[in-house]
Amino acid sequence: MRKLRFSDATRTKQGPKAPWLAIAGGALMIVSGLLSWSYDDRILGDLSIRFFPAGIQIYSMLFGVIAVILGVLLLRRPPWLSPARGLRILGITALVFLVWVLGSIAYQSDGLINLNEGGWVALVGALLITVGGTLSPDVEINVLTWPRLSSTLEILIIVVLMAVLLFTVAYTLDIQDGVIFASFLVALIGLTGGLLGTGFGGYLGFLAANNRRPLLLAAFVVAFLFPFTQDGSDANMSIATQILIFAATALGLNIVVGLAGLLDLGYIAFLGTGAYVGAMLSNSAFATVGWKPPFVVVMLVGAATAATFGLIIGSPTLRVSGDYLAIVTLGFGEIFRLTMLNLDGTNGPRLTNGPNGIPAIPDLNFFGFDFGDVHTVAGIPLGRFSNYYFLLLLLLMFVMLVFVRLNDSRIGRGWVAIREDERAAEAMGVNVFGLKLLAFSVGAFLAGLAGTIKAHQDTSVTPEQYVFLESAFLLSAVVLGGMGTVMGVLVGATILKLLPEKLREVNDYRLLVFGLLLVVMMRFRPEGLVPSKRRQLEFHEDDTELVELVQAEHLQESK
Amino acid sequence: MTVTETPRSASEAAHALVLEASGVTMRFGGLTAVDDVSMKVHEGEIVGLIGPNGAGKTTFFNCLTGMYIPTEGRVTLNGETLPPKPLAVVRAGMARTFQNIRLFANMTALENVMVGRYCRTSSMALTSILRGPKFKREEAATRERAQELLEYVGLAKSTELLARNMPYGDQRRLEIARALATDPQILLLDEPTAGMNPKETEETMHLIFKIRDSGLAVVVIEHDMRFIFNLCDRVLCLVRGSLLVEGTPGEVQSDHRVIEAYIGGDDEEEESA
Repeated sequence: MRKLRFSDATRTKQGPKAPWLAIAGGALMIVSGLLSWSYDDRILGDLSIRFFPAGIQIYSMLFGVIAVILGVLLLRRPPWLSPARGLRILGITALVFLVWVLGSIAYQSDGLINLNEGGWVALVGALLITVGGTLSPDVEINVLTWPRLSSTLEILIIVVLMAVLLFTVAYTLDIQDGVIFASFLVALIGLTGGLLGTGFGGYLGFLAANNRRPLLLAAFVVAFLFPFTQDGSDANMSIATQILIFAATALGLNIVVGLAGLLDLGYIAFLGTGAYVGAMLSNSAFATVGWKPPFVVVMLVGAATAATFGLIIGSPTLRVSGDYLAIVTLGFGEIFRLTMLNLDGTNGPRLTNGPNGIPAIPDLNFFGFDFGDVHTVAGIPLGRFSNYYFLLLLLLMFVMLVFVRLNDSRIGRGWVAIREDERAAEAMGVNVFGLKLLAFSVGAFLAGLAGTIKAHQDTSVTPEQYVFLESAFLLSAVVLGGMGTVMGVLVGATILKLLPEKLREVNDYRLLVFGLLLVVMMRFRPEGLVPSKRRQLEFHEDDTELVELVQAEHLQESK
Repeated sequence: MTVTETPRSASEAAHALVLEASGVTMRFGGLTAVDDVSMKVHEGEIVGLIGPNGAGKTTFFNCLTGMYIPTEGRVTLNGETLPPKPLAVVRAGMARTFQNIRLFANMTALENVMVGRYCRTSSMALTSILRGPKFKREEAATRERAQELLEYVGLAKSTELLARNMPYGDQRRLEIARALATDPQILLLDEPTAGMNPKETEETMHLIFKIRDSGLAVVVIEHDMRFIFNLCDRVLCLVRGSLLVEGTPGEVQSDHRVIEAYIGGDDEEEESA
């Protein structure tokens, strides 16, 4: 075990009252949970009864508990932890949380007059926490000086955290009310942010970097176990499969956009290609091709067709600079949709049935395992969407494998070089055109693969599913999440698919909301939520602190 | 490996011909940047290229390396005509550095040099995804060779530094290492000592001698006259795009036309060209 090293220089004076403010704020928030928040008992899961906290009141109490803990820690001033930063995050998110909740109560029950004392008490508490956090000084912390645990213990921590994650996800998806869902998300961000902001976040990152393989394994086990938490219900599984297919496609797009640095605005066409091939070669009564190969062959044919289209589009356009490619791919997306609309037997050969598409695509059947049936495993029924979920999980794992391994290879280095300085890369012998074409066709291949599964899962394929807007959404997932990272795309895809499903109120305005979200992102965090360090450097050329950080990580890795 | 400190005489350098540029002309619209320049470079020879600002030295380099397609003229490497494509030129065995350093700033020194190995390695997509023994072997060899080259240019301790974080002189040396990683027969250096202090310039000179002694031909563009006359076996002086004088450092140094071109009357015109 390494010895702890503290330096007194990092301790600075703090206002003696600040921790007490935070503790008082926390106490108020705990108390508020026991009070009544709303006069109206029909909204937000009944917040009107005193001494009987419901969902939102419990979240508020959790805020309070953590604030009290951090406040007490702040009093003791441990030199290896920075509770002040955690308190600030906690306080600000608590404010956001309360503004959202109180606003929703006022809106749903027609007026602020219907608010009861509990909400106001909580608001005062949140303000006190924020003030307390702001008045306290930060402590510079270096997690590398924290004691090292034994590797079994580290893995145990990861397992426990993953289990918590699984139950949190299951709980989150179980919330039906949109407002409560959103408030829980804010509370979740605040509570985890408050805890991790104190320095635990850095430590967890350190743990994760040290135990990549166990972490990855645990993450997949969690993902694999998720359908078992749903008790046979298909509602959430349907959303989950949508997220998976969206994530797998977006990850393929991230190879093109994030790794090779090419802007592709017609990526959905490749997914559509795969889907149409999957539909045409399926056993649907409306399928137009007589050949019915096994599904593995269909997948390969779909992916190969998409990749061929990628080569055809790419080879004339990838020689010119970025903007042209964006326009050509945009055009290709439209050409694809219009072609599918017109291959109906009157305007061209009868392949796609035009606007009617190819409906009634039967479920997949692997060696007698019918994806449409309910299978009971360990007493838990797994429905149709769970079956597809497992298949899509395998697909996502495959796409991740391709992404990660290509990135960490001669080809990945070539892509970085092209992004950094295309002319220099070429002068150093990097086959710029070849590598761009490779990225483009690998991306198309993966999208085609996903498309063949999507056709069966959706049971019908029509041109309207593959419009430009879908390409834009895929691109948003990449940009929002983080160009060039796997985690980023998973986060981005989840946000973009899950929120509209759960927040029905927002659904009508989702374009507006996502547009605003992207504008805000571009202003404050252009590299995305989970950026790759190199991408982050590219966006912040003159941030010396960041450069030092990345530098330190490289040195750490080489040891 | 012994390091020869003094330039060899022209006759001593009369090894096999590596690079031959004949009648290279580059016109941009009405401007003739390079006018009918011919140059021969032999194995184990250091050739210097001097001239006032705007004389067309870098443009000539760009014509040699395929970054520009020369309007007229031919470039041959080992007797074979080079197509004007940077990729083909590098594969044929000619590597270069840049006047304004063009490293991959957000990559580490080691990664920069590993990119240089790209054209001498062959793992493609499927190999990279499957990670077979061939991939692992090649990746390890690439890493090892890059490490070797960094040691060769004196950057053994900076392998994990980001290129942008390195001192200026080290960046120049890293560019040389990256160029050497392409296994060239001839190395073109565009102002390798620009912005260096005398000590660093001295070190660069030793490095270039070392490279020459390993059997490579080197062409150097430079403004530092003392550096170029100490270093080169042969010097070419370009003025306004055309070849003014060619000869040993002694001959060029004492040529009155060269002196005139540098300090003579038409200076301002040269600057603006």
